Amino acid sequence: MNAPTKIPVASRRDFLAGSGLVIGLALPMGKAAAKAAPAGEATPFAPNAFVRIAGDNTVTVIIKHVEFGQGPATGLSTIVADELDADWGQMRIAFAPANDPLYKNLAFGTMGTGGSTAMANSWMQMRNAGASARAMLVAAAARTWGVPAAEVTVAKGVVSHGAKTATFGDLAATAATMPIPEKPTLKTPAQWTLIGRDTPKLDSLVKTNGSAQFTMDVQRPGMVVSVIEHAPAFGGTVKSVDDAAALAIPGVVAVKTIPQGVVVYAKDTFAAMKGRAALKVDWDLSKAETRSTDTMIKQYIAAAATPGVECEAEGNVATALASAAKRIEATYVFPFLAHAPMETMDAVIEPKDGGADFYAGSQFQVGDTTAVSKVLGVPFAGMTLHEQYAGGSFGRRATPDMGNAVEAAMATKAFGGTTAVKHVWTRENDIRGGRYRPLIVHTIKGGVDAKGQIVGLDAVVAGQSFMRGTGFFNPSAKFDEAMVEGLTGSAYAFPALRVGANELKNGVPTLWWRSVGNTHTAYVMETFLDRLFELGKQDPIMGRIALMKDDRAKAVLKRVAEVAGGLSAKSGRARGVAFHKSFGSYVAQIAEVSVGADKLPRVHKVWAAVDCGVPINPNVIRAQIEGGVGFGLGHALYAEITLGEGGVVQQSNFDTYRSLRMAEMPEVEVAIINSTANPTGIGEPGLPPIAPAVANAWRKLTGKVVTRLPFAHSENA
Amino acid sequence: MATEFTLNGAAARFDGDPDTPLLWVLRDHLQLTGTKYGCGIAQCGACTVHLDGKNRRSCVTPIASVAGRSVTTIEGATGKTAEAVKAAWVAIDVPQCGFCQSGQVMSAIGLLAAKPNPTDADIDHGMAGNICRCATYVRIRQAIKDAAKHVETAA
Repeated sequence: MNAPTKIPVASRRDFLAGSGLVIGLALPMGKAAAKAAPAGEATPFAPNAFVRIAGDNTVTVIIKHVEFGQGPATGLSTIVADELDADWGQMRIAFAPANDPLYKNLAFGTMGTGGSTAMANSWMQMRNAGASARAMLVAAAARTWGVPAAEVTVAKGVVSHGAKTATFGDLAATAATMPIPEKPTLKTPAQWTLIGRDTPKLDSLVKTNGSAQFTMDVQRPGMVVSVIEHAPAFGGTVKSVDDAAALAIPGVVAVKTIPQGVVVYAKDTFAAMKGRAALKVDWDLSKAETRSTDTMIKQYIAAAATPGVECEAEGNVATALASAAKRIEATYVFPFLAHAPMETMDAVIEPKDGGADFYAGSQFQVGDTTAVSKVLGVPFAGMTLHEQYAGGSFGRRATPDMGNAVEAAMATKAFGGTTAVKHVWTRENDIRGGRYRPLIVHTIKGGVDAKGQIVGLDAVVAGQSFMRGTGFFNPSAKFDEAMVEGLTGSAYAFPALRVGANELKNGVPTLWWRSVGNTHTAYVMETFLDRLFELGKQDPIMGRIALMKDDRAKAVLKRVAEVAGGLSAKSGRARGVAFHKSFGSYVAQIAEVSVGADKLPRVHKVWAAVDCGVPINPNVIRAQIEGGVGFGLGHALYAEITLGEGGVVQQSNFDTYRSLRMAEMPEVEVAIINSTANPTGIGEPGLPPIAPAVANAWRKLTGKVVTRLPFAHSENA
Repeated sequence: MATEFTLNGAAARFDGDPDTPLLWVLRDHLQLTGTKYGCGIAQCGACTVHLDGKNRRSCVTPIASVAGRSVTTIEGATGKTAEAVKAAWVAIDVPQCGFCQSGQVMSAIGLLAAKPNPTDADIDHGMAGNICRCATYVRIRQAIKDAAKHVETAA
């Protein structure tokens, strides 16, 4: 099999939601049985778990990561194609089966996508897979033609020796009989032909003409559609159900109660929705979370005023601040946020004797498949995961308890028999369904000396941990890194620093959300620094550079200042800058802002500079920065999930949970540092700097300091 | 009480509940799954189709209201403008997750049919009803302009 040798895992200390987490040791799926990769069975040449070369000269790369737009299908294929010297036009993709021994995320120990690790963990694995296949094709050509392997060349999918040429397809059958090289020779960066260049994405066509298949599109013979009614408050349970009216609706075939709520099954989606609307459910809310977010925020603010557990400390911050010539402090409030991927949560499960077919855009392929097998009471070996394109996630499709898969499996089991069940959440389920970015409150104090130099920062975060108690949390850890990451391990060196954390209990389920703790820590750090620089009469760019410990950080900040032409803007506009390092990658952004007709920031243009190591596919990197800017901006300006008295979520759909729209999207210009470091994340690092860059411009433009997110919140009017 | 209509140029009929939105008739009964469910309340545009040549949110369009009319879905989007839009989309790799893109493409075709040379303001207005959570808006805007230019030059 393939021999993944040196994997750059150790260098990625902050790969998921913080540093030093040992992931995989305590995951609930246990030892999943290995299953053979099906994609190789019919192809003549399957040199390893990742490469399939067919007689028709196509090269299929087995993609071990979920593709929900962040580009791993193209990225992983780019790496393989380069080492293989394939032609880009012959590349195809297939999603991997649920198989940890072959396809685990090397940073997690199980299959999974998150923490912007897809390229980082796969980099050497994919290079080896491509190089190994290439060596075997060369050996096959040498054998066929009776020439020394060293004289055989490969370029753009053609194997040559003098006048003799052959395609990969021609050589596939012979190549399959060649010995697998123990340590294939990898290219030097100078030999790369695809890595570092724009290559077209492999999934753009099918995602343009409507033919890409998502889980929601799966059809099975005799399939029923199920929708669910959840409790009106988190933690509520079903007391009793009157389903007579629901069952009377044509097309509705059953109503069942499962721990997650009441499930209506019908012959089509519309009938299921109608049936759900006709349910009369009596809920037991005695154990539910009934506080409003207003109440929670007051409690969080009180907690953030106490020191909390020390997460990182440098010098003596109390002494440093006492000696400061000028001091400021601030309290920041960040709301719950829904991920709201365009495709709501869904799965299709078709039970059969001793197993099931499971269709999902799974983000934890083995974890989800194992969860389904346990609920159905069938062996993992009887399960087949049919991985689909996923219509977005932003973290939502990965839950530590495999909750999405568990609910779908329970709905399937409750229906009984071997009927395929397509379990679909409506948008209302999604917006009201929890697993939000946590509500978070920060307090921060800082000061400058008589020369204007920052003397120290004293920061406290109050919030709830979604990591504690899961298999993703080191039980011996004193605090949850995901709450404070970004304040801890920042790119800046302060003479004195203290970061504290106060963990609060909350019955609202929460989850990682694109860029996790960095969503709020970057905002606090970068907006507060900007105010301190003003207090100390320092330039926001030079001031940051002077504090930076790392040359790569300094370089992206200098680069963004170059491409934007500095921080001056024409009359009526202002520019703000922000920098943040997350998931191993460095991103700096400058935003140019005016006051919009709605009295909110109108962001005209964003310049970004990024260093994410070797830029495997600059086209995908630019797209991820553009998307990170848009996702971050939309939430910072408009989005908030609130709970009223009684704990009922007050938003329900895109009319009340407002998303960024076309007119609100700024122009985005991206400069990519031509780094030679091992690749790091790109799906998330584009997000953290945008909100503080806009806030810094907004303060310059209007004098308003926004510490209550979103900008549209009434307190900021 | 079947509803009869034209779908992608061919005769189609639906025998079920006349209240059923066109979206679910297409997806659940006629196996045309390119048209997507995103919100169900005409807020996101993922379900956009053309009804008698104009953009329409199929999630709030009861099938009964379609009787005798002509529906075009992403699967049936053909012609000069449609081909130009799709080619422009692929050329600059607009899609990320892709789930909203059928609706975006249909809205863009509808926009160009009404405004062959749209300004930025026309694009803001014409595409306002389509949400992309991946925020591919920069590339959508560019692709619409590229498609407009292509149609103009080819004409």
